[in-house]
Amino acid sequence: MKVNITIKNAVKKYGNNTVISGMNVKVKGGEFFTLLGPSGCGKTTLLRMIAGFNSIEGGDFYFNDKRINQMDPGKRNIGMVFQNYAIFPHLSVANNVAFGLKNRKISKEQLPIETDKFLKLMQIFEFRDRMPDKLSGGQQQRVALARALVIKPAVLLMDEPLSNLDAKLRVEMRGVIKEIQNKMGITTVYVTHDQEEAMAVSDRIAVLNKGEIQHIGTPKDLYQRPANLFVATFIGRTNIFEAELNKTILTLKDGFSVKLNNLIDEKHSGKVQLSVRPEEFVITDDKDSIHAVIDDSIFLGLNTHYFAHIAKTNEKIEIIQESSISNIIPRGTKINVKLNLEKINLFDESGDQNLILGVKNDNEA
Amino acid sequence: MITKHKYDVWGTVTILITLFYVAFLVVPLGMIFYQAFFDKETHMLTMDYFIKFFSNKYYFMTLLNSLAVSLSVTVLAVLIGVPLGYFFAVYRIRGKRFMEVLILIASVSAPFIGAYSWILLFGRSGVVTAALSTIGIEMPSIYGFWGIVLVLTFRMFPLIFLYVQGAMKNVDESLLEASESLGRTKIQTFFTVVLPLITPTILAGSLLVFMRAMSDFGTPMLIGGGYRTFPALIYTQFMSEISGDDGFASTIAIIAIILMAIIFMVQRLAANKFSFKMNALHPVTISEHTNWSKVLVHIFTYVTIAIAIIPQVYVIYTSFKNTNGLIFVDGYSFMSYTQAFDKLGSSIWNTIRIPAIALLVIVLFSILIAYVTVRRRTKATGALDIVSMIPYIVPGSVIGIAFSITYRNPWFTVPGLALMLIALVLRRMQYTIRSSVATLSQIPISTEEAAISLGASKFKTFFSVTMPMMSAGIISGAILSWISLITELSSSIILYTTKTQTLTVAIYSQVLRGNYGIAAALSTILTVLTIISILISMKVSDGRKKEKN
Repeated sequence: MKVNITIKNAVKKYGNNTVISGMNVKVKGGEFFTLLGPSGCGKTTLLRMIAGFNSIEGGDFYFNDKRINQMDPGKRNIGMVFQNYAIFPHLSVANNVAFGLKNRKISKEQLPIETDKFLKLMQIFEFRDRMPDKLSGGQQQRVALARALVIKPAVLLMDEPLSNLDAKLRVEMRGVIKEIQNKMGITTVYVTHDQEEAMAVSDRIAVLNKGEIQHIGTPKDLYQRPANLFVATFIGRTNIFEAELNKTILTLKDGFSVKLNNLIDEKHSGKVQLSVRPEEFVITDDKDSIHAVIDDSIFLGLNTHYFAHIAKTNEKIEIIQESSISNIIPRGTKINVKLNLEKINLFDESGDQNLILGVKNDNEA
Repeated sequence: MITKHKYDVWGTVTILITLFYVAFLVVPLGMIFYQAFFDKETHMLTMDYFIKFFSNKYYFMTLLNSLAVSLSVTVLAVLIGVPLGYFFAVYRIRGKRFMEVLILIASVSAPFIGAYSWILLFGRSGVVTAALSTIGIEMPSIYGFWGIVLVLTFRMFPLIFLYVQGAMKNVDESLLEASESLGRTKIQTFFTVVLPLITPTILAGSLLVFMRAMSDFGTPMLIGGGYRTFPALIYTQFMSEISGDDGFASTIAIIAIILMAIIFMVQRLAANKFSFKMNALHPVTISEHTNWSKVLVHIFTYVTIAIAIIPQVYVIYTSFKNTNGLIFVDGYSFMSYTQAFDKLGSSIWNTIRIPAIALLVIVLFSILIAYVTVRRRTKATGALDIVSMIPYIVPGSVIGIAFSITYRNPWFTVPGLALMLIALVLRRMQYTIRSSVATLSQIPISTEEAAISLGASKFKTFFSVTMPMMSAGIISGAILSWISLITELSSSIILYTTKTQTLTVAIYSQVLRGNYGIAAALSTILTVLTIISILISMKVSDGRKKEKN
C-alpha cells in the first residue's frame, strides 16, 4: 500500500525564533517529492519533522489518515538516509543493513535472505563483510540506501544524500536512487539544494525560501512557468530585465517593444520584471529587435554560450545557442536578438506573481 | 541547544548521579567550609583561621611555595614535552615504540617514588653524592625547591608529551605543506602554524600538570627538606595529634581550592579563546630532515627519557640488593621481596582489588554521565557536568580530610573501604568521563537517529549503537583511570585502615621509616603492575586498529 503524506499548517520554532510558519504540503503515494531551496530555507527542518527527530510546534502531520505528530520515529515506519550516511562504524556492511530487520519480527532464516537481496540490489554484496571505514563514499551511500530500504518502509526520507560525493558519482548515484525508487514505488521525500539534482530525480518539487513554499510542481512546470521571480532565478539560469507593460505591449528599457498574447490580465499596466532564459533569446537578422554586442563566448559542444551587453543600456545578458558548424561569433560583433515569446515569463514589479498564463502550482498556501 | 525532553529513565539516572555527588562531594566540602568559618566550641562565624593563615609568614609562605613549584614545573614540562611530542610526530626516531613505553612508564609512576629514588642517588648519603665527594666534587643539595621541581618536571612532562602527540594526529599534513609552499621553513612553520594549532592542547595539558604539581603531597614531604608546600601543611595540620587542628587544616584546604578554581577558570577562558576545530584527513607524517637535526633530536630524546626513567630503574635495582636492617649491603638476593611479602603482602592484593571495584563504578558512571551531559543537555545535566569537574581542583588530601570529618563522626562511621573507594572514584573518574564525553560528542547524532528510524528502541540504540561507538573512548579513559587509581596516594594515606592499606601507602610509610629495601621491592611490584597495565592497554588498542584493517 502506498502511503501519502499530508502536512497541514506545520509550525517549527526554536525558542522564540519561528523558522516555519504554517506550511502545507501533500505528497502523493509512491511519488518522488523533493524539497528544494537554499540553505536555511527550512527544508531539512521539515524533513526531520516528518521523520520525528524535530519536535512539531504546530500543525498536523499525517501518513495516510494516521496522525503522526506524537509518534516515535521508530514507529513511523520510515527509512532515512542521512547526509553523512550515519553508517554504524562498528558494524559490518551486512550487519548495518540487517540492523533494522533485527528490530522487526522476522525469522532467523529470512533475515540473511532479505539482507542479501538488498545488498545485491544496491550492488554491494561483495562488500558484505567489510567494515564501513573500508568503503568509498559511493559504497557507503549504497549501504545507507540498502539499510533504509530493507525494512520496506512506508516512506523514504533522504537528507541531501549526495552532497558528500564528487560530481561524477553524484550523477551516477542519483540515477541509482531514481531507479530504485521507481522499482519499489515507495513514497519518497528528498531534500537538496542542488536544483539540477532535484530536476533529475523528482516527480514533483517544492521550492522553499525563508521557511515558505514558493512553488510546488513538476520540474517542467517549475522551469517553464515559475510561480514567482525567486523560483525563476533559483531553477535554471535566467536574465532579468526591468520593463514597462502597457496592457499587452511590453517595452524594454532600450526601447524594443512586443505585443504579448498570453497574459493573465490584459488590462494590467505598470512596471514589470521580465525573465528570459539564455536559450529563449533568438539571434536574428531582423533589425526590429534588441541590439547587443558580444563580449565573450564559451563553446560547450552541444551549445555555445554567449555573454553580451545590450548596446543602449549596457545590461549584461547571457545567450545560449545550439552550436553551429559555422564560426563562433567573435567578440565585439553587433548582433540582433529577439525573444521567444511563447517561453518568456513576466512578473509583477515585486516579483511575487507570474503574469503569464499557464502557471501550475500545487501550493495551497 | 537546550531542548525539552520527556522525563524518562535518563532523568532518573541524572537524579541518582547528582545525589551521589551531593553526598560525597558537596556535603563533605560543605563540612570543610563549615569547619573553616565556624568556631568549634561557640559555632559562631569566625575569620580567626584565615587571619592566622595570612598573618603568619610560616603558613602563608607554603602557598607561595606551592605556586612557585607548580609554575616552574609547568613551564619546564611544556618546554620539554612540546618539542618531544613534535619530534615524535615528524622525525623517524630509533626505538620509538620502546621510547613511548618508557615515557608512559615514567608518566604513571607515583611521583614520590621518583623523589625517594633521587634521594637514594643524590641525597645526603646518596650513591652519586658519595662517589663524587671522594673525587672532591660537592653536589648541590637535592633537597628543597629545585629537588621538588626536578622530580615533578620529569614526572609531568610525559603528560604534555602525550597531549601534544595526540594533538599532532589532528594536524593535517596539508597545513604544513601549505605553509612551506608559501616560503616558510620547517622551524618557522612550527612556530607559526603547528604551535598555534596545538596551543589549546598544550593549555589543557599545562592545567593538568599545574594541578597535579600543586596538589602533589608525597614529593615535597620526602624531598622538600625545609621547603614546605601547602598539601604537606594540610596533612600535618590534620594528622598531627599534638599541634594539629581540623579547623585550620580546613581553612588551608579552602584557600587551596579557591586558588585552584581561579587557575582552572583562567585556563578555561584561555582555552576557549584559542580553540580550533581540527580534523586531519591526512595526519602529519614523518618528513625529511637534515642529518645534524636528526642527531640533535635523538640526543635530546634519549637524554630526557633517560633522566625520566632513571629513578624507576634505580629503585628496581636496589630492590634486589641485600639489606641489613635499614641499610643496603653488598650482594644481591630476593631478601627485600620476602620481607615485603611477609609484612605487607596484603597491600598487593588491595592494590588490585580496591582499584578494580573503583574502576567498575567509574566506567558505569562515566558512560551515564557522558550520555546525559552530551545527548540530554538540560540545565540539570549542565550542572552535573560542572560538578563532575570539581574533584579536578580539589587536592586528594582535601578529599581525604573532608571524608574523615564528614563520615567518621561520633554518630556514625562509614567503613574505611567504602570511603577509600568513593574517594578513588571521585578523584579518578575525570579521565573516563572526559574521554567518554569527547568521543560521544564526535559521534554524529544522526547515527543514533538512524538506529531509531530503523525501529530500535532508545534502550537498544544506547546499548547496540551508542555504547559500542563510545567504547574506544571509554577504554582509553578507563586505562588512564586505572593507572592513576593504583598509584593514588594522597587521599588513601588519610583514609586507609590496616585492612585497606595499598602499595603506595605501604611504600610511603616504609620510606618514612627508612626501610628502603622493602620500599624498593614494593615499588618494583607497583611498577610491574603499571607496566603490565600499559602493555595490556597497548595490546587492546593495537588489536582495535588491526580489527579495523
